[in-house]
Amino acid sequence: MHEIDMTKALILTVKDWYESQPEKPKIEKIHLTVGQFTCVEPLGLQFAFEAQTRNTFLAGVELVIKDVPLIAFCHSCQQEYKPEIGLQYSCPDCKSPMNDIRYGRELKIDRLEYSAINNQHLSISN
Amino acid sequence: MHQTFDAAIELNLLHANQEGADHNRQHFDKWGITCLNIMSSPGAGKTVLLEQTLKALKAKLNIAVIEGDMTTQLDADRLRKYNVPVIPINTGRSCHLDSKMVAGGIHILEHQYQPQNLDLVLVENVGNLVCPAEFEVGEHGKVALLSVTEGEDKPLKYPVMFREADCLLITKTDLAPYLDIDLDRITFNIKQINPQVTIIPLSAKTGEGLETWLDWVQSVICIPSGTKAKHKEQQKETKI
Ligand SMILES: Nc1nc2c(ncn2[C@@H]2O[C@H](COP(=O)(O)OP(=O)(O)OP(=O)(O)O)[C@@H](O)[C@H]2O)c(=O)[nH]1
Ligand SMILES: [Mg+2]
Ligand SMILES: [Zn+2]
Ligand SMILES: [Zn+2]
Ligand SMILES: [Zn+2]
Repeated sequence: MHEIDMTKALILTVKDWYESQPEKPKIEKIHLTVGQFTCVEPLGLQFAFEAQTRNTFLAGVELVIKDVPLIAFCHSCQQEYKPEIGLQYSCPDCKSPMNDIRYGRELKIDRLEYSAINNQHLSISN
Repeated sequence: MHQTFDAAIELNLLHANQEGADHNRQHFDKWGITCLNIMSSPGAGKTVLLEQTLKALKAKLNIAVIEGDMTTQLDADRLRKYNVPVIPINTGRSCHLDSKMVAGGIHILEHQYQPQNLDLVLVENVGNLVCPAEFEVGEHGKVALLSVTEGEDKPLKYPVMFREADCLLITKTDLAPYLDIDLDRITFNIKQINPQVTIIPLSAKTGEGLETWLDWVQSVICIPSGTKAKHKEQQKETKI
């Protein structure tokens, strides 16, 4: 469900960028980073994105999602470890609880890939 | 020739919600209100907790409730009996409250009540253990409830909520003897995800933990002039 909201936010952000461009370029790919320690399902995002961009300036644009695993840092052992989501979050070596999360909380729009449009007769709706 | 370019965006997907939440928090801060976001899966006991909190604290503190549950009128009606402002939010089919919805509630507070007289706003979120924790609404603290009937493994399965909580209430402890459940195990599972969280076992039926919860609420309230909450903390410390 909330993937729909997230997608709305994504589309608005991209639209802002698009409208700030003097020559409306053709957006080809949107790169996202989605951590595994979030409530977002990459598949759900893909699905919502496709549904919500139909017949808009983003129709057919590819959503490239980089899945980032959860990585925590143990202060006692001074090392990173990979908790097993759903099973075990404490340090496998010393059993300290999960204090610092290094990676896995990301929910980010990284960058856009676009190409310039040379054909002046091409009109862009939306 | 097909040449592609890159444009860096570097923006959080929740950016707009976050900005809205910061805006809401500014309103609360201006009025001297502490806001707590109450979250749990459906039926863990949020409304009962609010009822007992209102009953115990409404003489001491000025409290309002923003009621975001989908069965909204039912819960709101239960809470109106305590003669405090109860603002229902129509969440539609959303699985969480977001900062925009709560802004609507704040708007009503501003125009129909005197928010500067309030100390505490309790927000009952939509019953859902997954995403409400990701959508800040402008709260100063997050309270999560987990009832003993839900099982020991829920913190492991829905870790984000348990990671984000400032206070975790293990509710319905009166039912524990009838279930094959180990309270220590629940606590252990929560602590491995969030070692900082305050855990309070609670029963609305027997009253177990209620005083501890009420103390916690009062300890997080920032009363600009008075130091009620701080005073309480000191009392506790000197006892130990
Ligand atoms: N035995 C027992 N029952 C409880 C306790 N707390 C709540 N309940 C019962 O659990 C049920 C759900 O409680 P609510 O307070 O409505 O739960 P909620 O989290 O507000 O539910 P939703 O708003 O629908 O998500 C009610 O029937 C309560 O009487 C408790 O401590 N012990
Ligand atoms: Mg309720
Ligand atoms: Zn949601
Ligand atoms: Zn370790
Ligand atoms: Zn405002």
